[in-house]
Amino acid sequence: MHNKTIAEISRDLAAGVYTSVDITRELLARIEQHDAQYNSFITVTAEQALAQAAAADARRAAGQASAWTGVPIAHKDIFCTNGVLTTCGSKMLSNFVAPYDATIVDHFNQAGAVSLGKLNMDEFAMGSSNESSYYGPVANPWDRSRVPGGSSGGSAAAVAARLVPGATASDTGGSIRQPAAFCGLTGLKPTYGRVSRWGMIAYASSLDQAGVITRTAEDAAMMLNVMAGLDAKDSTCMDHPVPDYTATLNDSLAGLTIGLPKEYFSRDLSPAMAEKVRTAIAHYEQLGATVKDISLPNTHLAIPAYYIIAPAECSANLSRMDGVRFGYRCDDPKDINDLFKRSRGEGFGNEVKRRIMIGTYALSAGFYDAYYNKAQQVRRLIKNDFVEAFKEVDVIMGPTTPTPAFPQGSNSDDPVAMYLEDIFTIALNLAGLPGMSIPCGHINQLPVGLQLIGNYFDEARLLNCAHQFQQVTDWHQHTPHDLA
Amino acid sequence: MEWEVVIGLEIHAQLATQSKIFSGAATAYGADANTQACAVDLGLPGVLPVFNEEALRMAVKFGLAIDAEIGKKSVFDRKNYFYPDSPKGYQTTQLHYPTVGMGHIDIELDDGSTRRINVTRAHLEEDAGKSVHEGFGGLSGIDLNRAGTPLIEIVSEPELRSAKEASAYFRKMHSIVTYLGICDGDLSQGSMRCDCNVSLRPKGQTEFGTRTEIKNVNSFRNVERAIEAEIERQMDILEEGGRIIQETRLYDADKNETRAMRSKEVANDYRYFPCPDLLPVIIDDNYIEAVRATLPELPDQKRHRFQKDHGLSAIDAAVLSSQRELAHYFETAAQIANDYKLAANWVQGDVSATLNRLELDITALPVSAEQLGQILLRIKDNTLNNGGAKEVFNALLADPSQTDIDALIDQLGLKQVSDTGAIEAIVNDVLAANPKLVESYLATPEDKRAKAIGPFIGLVRKAAKGVNPQVVMDVLQQQLNRL
Amino acid sequence: MALDQNQIRDIAELSRLQIDDDQITAYQQNLSNILALVDQLAAVDTQGIEPMAHPLDATQRLRADVVTEHNQREHFQAIAPHTEQGHYLVPKVVE
Repeated sequence: MHNKTIAEISRDLAAGVYTSVDITRELLARIEQHDAQYNSFITVTAEQALAQAAAADARRAAGQASAWTGVPIAHKDIFCTNGVLTTCGSKMLSNFVAPYDATIVDHFNQAGAVSLGKLNMDEFAMGSSNESSYYGPVANPWDRSRVPGGSSGGSAAAVAARLVPGATASDTGGSIRQPAAFCGLTGLKPTYGRVSRWGMIAYASSLDQAGVITRTAEDAAMMLNVMAGLDAKDSTCMDHPVPDYTATLNDSLAGLTIGLPKEYFSRDLSPAMAEKVRTAIAHYEQLGATVKDISLPNTHLAIPAYYIIAPAECSANLSRMDGVRFGYRCDDPKDINDLFKRSRGEGFGNEVKRRIMIGTYALSAGFYDAYYNKAQQVRRLIKNDFVEAFKEVDVIMGPTTPTPAFPQGSNSDDPVAMYLEDIFTIALNLAGLPGMSIPCGHINQLPVGLQLIGNYFDEARLLNCAHQFQQVTDWHQHTPHDLA
Repeated sequence: MEWEVVIGLEIHAQLATQSKIFSGAATAYGADANTQACAVDLGLPGVLPVFNEEALRMAVKFGLAIDAEIGKKSVFDRKNYFYPDSPKGYQTTQLHYPTVGMGHIDIELDDGSTRRINVTRAHLEEDAGKSVHEGFGGLSGIDLNRAGTPLIEIVSEPELRSAKEASAYFRKMHSIVTYLGICDGDLSQGSMRCDCNVSLRPKGQTEFGTRTEIKNVNSFRNVERAIEAEIERQMDILEEGGRIIQETRLYDADKNETRAMRSKEVANDYRYFPCPDLLPVIIDDNYIEAVRATLPELPDQKRHRFQKDHGLSAIDAAVLSSQRELAHYFETAAQIANDYKLAANWVQGDVSATLNRLELDITALPVSAEQLGQILLRIKDNTLNNGGAKEVFNALLADPSQTDIDALIDQLGLKQVSDTGAIEAIVNDVLAANPKLVESYLATPEDKRAKAIGPFIGLVRKAAKGVNPQVVMDVLQQQLNRL
Repeated sequence: MALDQNQIRDIAELSRLQIDDDQITAYQQNLSNILALVDQLAAVDTQGIEPMAHPLDATQRLRADVVTEHNQREHFQAIAPHTEQGHYLVPKVVE
């Protein structure tokens, strides 16, 4: 049962092959048995999951089932879950039992899904390796000495290890697509504003977007169907029509134009990675697509711009973590400033503190124009590159990451080396565009990903492209070699 | 040396919305601590703001009332600082794109002249919570009910030149926002608070001296007193060759002095940047014109109309238009009586005296404007003389439940007798009963008789309450001249 | 741009982050490296380019002025470090 995709489980539950309680029990048992070696869950909500599963089975028996009734998933621990510990991977929130549900959590509950628990992540979603979590690093199921990627490393590892068929995740600079690539999975970061951010603990508000990590594009489409749409509680969530994302999965790709940015295939890209991507593109050509070389000239500026904008926003977003109303508070504060400084100094890990400090510096008097304002201008240049490109092509493709998953600890002393891992993913967040990563091969027995970049609100096309690829390839069906 | 005083005011006015500027929690004053602080107001992880349309409308209304440029694009920024009553660690405000740009108001000075004061801007922002320092065993308690209450911060140009002008400006702003109905104007509840920037410079010098900011002054009187105290303090320092330190100060009303605030020892660097959780607010001309159509008559317009159309004196017109409720009371009574001058005399006279004596607000006066209007009508149709009218007014003050004024007049026997025949009879009785007085009157030279007639009037009115004094005078003269 | 240790201390103070003395050097190194990375931006010609704070050119939606949230104090204060009589307690704030 644990090898089933969301779509398969949905069909099996409808056909009465097994019940929601059956599969929920099996997955909980697998988590219990195997997750110690991955550390993908921070909190397992077994009791609640079984209650949700029983309720789902009862609804089915009463003839009130929908596609999602009784289907198990798990949430990245960045999403607030009412009455359930919500840590964001931080000591700061290690006692934070959220008093409300994130909108997307609520949507899954309303749809009848079963939540198995909360997934590990880099602290406050800051990281590309899932090594900054207060709850310890997450292991890549393909090679446990390697990172699963980050920040949604728990989401990716849990799905890759077949502990759950799909998971929510979030992406601020690549945090869905990079772990999906490292773990041989399908990851979708929707357009900024496609999915509500209400209840998703903010890292960088103008870049953060909730999405999914699944095994197949079809599953991603099913999850996006639940998540997408206007939320009155999020001013940045857009009122844009929500199609049925599963309805167009099987559309033909004949006539599709794919743009290949020359900047993504520079000399720095390893020949092995370039070869995997080109092979994938060849499949698309066989599916009827044509390929066009394009240029995104400001690609190299995405990382510098990001490391001003994201820290600036995070420096303010994380100010509410002050030890007054919720979360970690230091012992015996001697005055108010001591309460703030020690609660935050002790509650945040090093990477979070670094980013807060960079952001504080970039916004401080005398530096605002040189850093923050400049970065926001460069951001527009980066967006304009994409806007121009999408006048000529339907989707843009390239590698998701420069390399497959790297060994744990390899970048721990040098934050900048880690930042450079996000070279291909980060520009989309700056521009607000949707992107996917789908498995497109292995290098040294480790999965690598093909990144698909779509125009604004063109998720249906991305999912269609991803699904068609998965009809003619089987990379998404590979399982980690030593998986129990 | 002769010094020139330079004052600029920043007035915070809480907008009278039902819910907060970025959340659906109530704004009502006086609720139990933290019972009106929702997840957004508390700054819990993952919450997001959504802007209240009424706060926008009220700000635009204010802008139109002070003839200001309205920002068709306003942008919310984060102002970062750590303080326990600032739950997010930043205040959401408007730095570069305020909803209200440059405008102006006119203030009336004691000599009857007016001065135009330019208003730099008025921006929308959220209020902070409150810290309570007593009752928690040496700790401070934080109440976030007020956090997120919408404010407009109205920033004047540094054009005020005396404490009196500053106070007049504050009063005028109070008058405008309450006329507009966008702020309840209750100073005691902190609905309007004023920060005063004060500096001195040698007369004739163009550049400004170093200023201090007196925070959170919350009455008209204290604005005047605080600024006067600060001017004196600064002048003492400057006269002795000292220098003013730019700092934030608090006014201690009991000691009538300002003192430096201790809590701001760390230099603030607010690190403003556009709030990524809120998008630019865009309005168009249609929106602005629709708001303009809802503007009520404003204090200056009302004052002008009182003076020009209804012949009120400049002072009466100014006083009677200064407060919305008072103006409403006055005008309601004046319209019923169809006599603005008579109503003005009464409201400025007996009504004001009563309010002062009982320490009441006009809205709490037992005698309604409608009742006063009825009394005035009865003066005008000679049913009441002035003394009788006062008696009716006082009777209503004691028991406002008497709705039928005419019945009350009857009951009190105050109906004025104007019937000449009846008065003749009384006059004749009085003359017959006081032959000595008549004798002495007749001995009085013609030119002094006007005064000598006084005792007869007193006697007639004693004999019959409520006689029309004019008729009494006419009849008396006629009868005496016959003798 | 390299930061000196006093700048690190100032930034930490402004950020209200307690940083132990033995960590200052590491932060100095890391933050300076990050600034070296972002300093590439200085060379970009951005004259006349409007800064972009939001990825979409969208405008703010307005909320009706209606009270939708009601008292949940007990619920919210259940997760608070220290409360009394409905207040959040902190060390005395000097005014």
